Amino acid sequence: MLTLVWLVPAIPFGSALILATFGPRLPRKVIAVLGTGAIAASCAISLLIASEFLRNPPSGNAFTQVLWRWIDVAGFRPNVAFYLDALSLIMIVVVTFVAFLIHLYSTEFMAEDDGYSRFFAYMNLFVASMVTLVLADNLLLLYLGWEGVGLCSYLLIGFWYRDPVNGLAARKAFIVTRIGDTALSIGLFLLFTNLGTLRIQDLLQRASMQWPQNSSLPIAAAALLLGGAVGKSAQLPLQTWLPDAMAGPTPTSALIHAATMVTAGVYLIARTHTLFELARPVQFIVAIIGAATLLLAGFSALAQRDIKRVLAYSTMSQIGYMFLALGVGAWTAAIFHFMTHAFFKALLFLAAGIVINALHHEHDMFRMGGLRRELPLAFWTFLIGGSALAGLPLITAGAYSKDLILWDEWSSPLGAPGLWAAGVAGVFLTSLYTFRLIFLVFFGRQGTEVTSRPGFAMQLPVWILAVLSIAAGFPGRSITRFLVTALPGTTETTHGFLSETRSGIIAGLMFAAGLLLAVFLYLRPPIRQPSTSALQRLWQADWGFDWIYDRAFVRPVVWISNLNKNDIVDSFYDGIAATTELAYRALSRIQTGRMRWYAAGIAAGSALFIAIAIFL
Amino acid sequence: MIRDGFILAGILFALGTAGVLVRRNIIFMLMSIEVMLNAAGLAFIVAGARWSQPDGQILFLFILSMAAAEVSVGLALVLRFYHQYKLLDADAANKMRG
Amino acid sequence: MQVVFYISGAIAILATILMLTRLNAVHALLYLVVSLLAIAVVFYVLGAALAAALEVIIYAGAIMVLFIFVVMLLNLGETAANEERRLLNASMWVGPSILSAVLIAEFVYILSEESHANIPAPVGPKQVAAALYAPYLIGVELASMLLLAGIVGAYHLGFRKVRKGDS
Repeated sequence: MLTLVWLVPAIPFGSALILATFGPRLPRKVIAVLGTGAIAASCAISLLIASEFLRNPPSGNAFTQVLWRWIDVAGFRPNVAFYLDALSLIMIVVVTFVAFLIHLYSTEFMAEDDGYSRFFAYMNLFVASMVTLVLADNLLLLYLGWEGVGLCSYLLIGFWYRDPVNGLAARKAFIVTRIGDTALSIGLFLLFTNLGTLRIQDLLQRASMQWPQNSSLPIAAAALLLGGAVGKSAQLPLQTWLPDAMAGPTPTSALIHAATMVTAGVYLIARTHTLFELARPVQFIVAIIGAATLLLAGFSALAQRDIKRVLAYSTMSQIGYMFLALGVGAWTAAIFHFMTHAFFKALLFLAAGIVINALHHEHDMFRMGGLRRELPLAFWTFLIGGSALAGLPLITAGAYSKDLILWDEWSSPLGAPGLWAAGVAGVFLTSLYTFRLIFLVFFGRQGTEVTSRPGFAMQLPVWILAVLSIAAGFPGRSITRFLVTALPGTTETTHGFLSETRSGIIAGLMFAAGLLLAVFLYLRPPIRQPSTSALQRLWQADWGFDWIYDRAFVRPVVWISNLNKNDIVDSFYDGIAATTELAYRALSRIQTGRMRWYAAGIAAGSALFIAIAIFL
Repeated sequence: MIRDGFILAGILFALGTAGVLVRRNIIFMLMSIEVMLNAAGLAFIVAGARWSQPDGQILFLFILSMAAAEVSVGLALVLRFYHQYKLLDADAANKMRG
Repeated sequence: MQVVFYISGAIAILATILMLTRLNAVHALLYLVVSLLAIAVVFYVLGAALAAALEVIIYAGAIMVLFIFVVMLLNLGETAANEERRLLNASMWVGPSILSAVLIAEFVYILSEESHANIPAPVGPKQVAAALYAPYLIGVELASMLLLAGIVGAYHLGFRKVRKGDS
């Protein structure tokens, strides 16, 4: 049964090929069935594999399936091979399940779009790449999946390519993540030249044997891998692409930019955890990046007008939580939060998509309002998802995973009270911006008319995700126990005045404080106009990062390219052409048509040749 | 004397070349060509005399017959030319543009 | 005998130069005839009596006469002379003179190492004829074919039957 694991990426890849080749000629129903069915098949196989894995765990708690040898050059022999352990199993189950629900949703959401088959082809290709990334046995195959998801992200952000704004957003996403990808590839080079293999398990073993703690090599390697992760996961300083990526269709934002691709960085760090454990300074930086991003993004989310941008910043912030967990060695907590986050963030995006669709593509929250009577489904699912995001204690999954992270911040030997405090402050901010969104959109006077209601294909996924957003938190302990077979466990030392329950209570209080403040600001006196104070504008512009990057990087590069606007190298070839033309014009003056001129030519030529014969 | 004979032939040949290049009248060009042919024939005779062989004169004979044939055809062409262009300007037969 | 050679040579050169600078075609032709006769004398001095005779008879006597006939047929007249005067100015001579000067200089340079042979032995007609009929037989045949071609070509080109749209 476990040997079927290769089908999990292969089926969506095959379906993507078919849709890409024959898509425009197929009827809509067939495209929908093919696109969604492929993911459904992947999901089913993942679940089967999961049940088999849990019932009969393979030896060493890991299963490797080698498909073929990929490259064999000078001692470099990566295979195309898939590695199944607790970590990759959880990831493929979550990824394929959420992807299936989102594909189902998109069959209705994208129903009027011209590029129906193109959309499903790209989405399927994305799922195939993501699963390859997660299942990869060696870093080269992982990098292949990494590039694949980057490509699909670009294709899908710029899906409505006729509007140049979308193209710009897609390019921005691609270029910013490329910076991270370059760091990652340099890291791969470093790892290979020093350790001789890219197979992850071998690599980690050799590193722990050969490299002393905190020496320069693991620090360099870990820092480079962190660079790649930061780019893909939209953390500081490479986070500027994610808000603009909301230009893509909502199912894309749900799948790629909420649940899966942006968590690839988290997966990478978790997978190569040994390297980070060998490079403690870098691991600490991971935590700092996580803390900084979660706070920064939280503030920015408070000042946004576009509903999807709020969710984008929210994603950035939640991934900051995951990075925070990774930074203190709480590997299992990070993955658990990834799981719950995938469910409730996808839910939030899909529900937002219902709202956007119903209001005929209105994105501005300040023009919405009072929708809780018109769109009850969206309202309740949004409420459930938002509560999970903000961390409503005891009944939402998000609360469980976030509490676990917060507790690990305090209790882990690598943790620091400052990090815990940052996380707790983040809970307050999250609650505040989430309920701001809910109150603005669903309460108060109605701003825009509702023009359409969601159908079955859009309702079912949100219901399922809503249930999961509540239920997925309950088996938290079992999940972390299961993950310990693949990742190191987290030691929890009790010190200071906090215990786990006390930390949870404080987090719950923060949640309530945010909710109350939102009620005072946005519900009681219904604020209908966005504030334009300087602080709000700074937060809306994401703390000015775009502005800084534009001045510091984009403009110099553009200026340098303008220097070469006429392309010096090209002008060399133009010069050849121009010289030839000049020579042509000169020579054509010889063709006068006058006989005596030709006779003169003959005479001069013979004189010349005689001279050459005499003197040479 | 042999050397001076060659030099004479050379001078006549160069003069004939100059004549071809300078004069625009076709008749004069043909005359200059005759001069050049004659100069070549002189060179052959001188060479034959140098070695006291009859070959020089024989080649001169060939040159002579060739000159005769060439003159006949050439003058016939000149008559045609005059008939069409009403001028004997060699540069008139220039249909090239630009 | 050497003196005769040099004098005839000088006459030939002078006559040719004069020929080149005449405006009237008939005058130029007559100067050309003089030049050819002078060359014939040179041939005789060099011992090629047959060549001298042929030069006078055929070249000066037939070919040049043909020239004169055609020129008179064209009946160029005063306008042609004016045309020539207009076209022939000193600046036209510059290029060709330079070219000719270069050629002469090259010839002189090449020939400057030749040894002086004195009055060469005459080569009689008998020798020439014997050579013609043995090694150069094919040349003779080819020359006759060339003349035939010349005749036919001249006949066709000179035949001025007016055809519709003919150039």
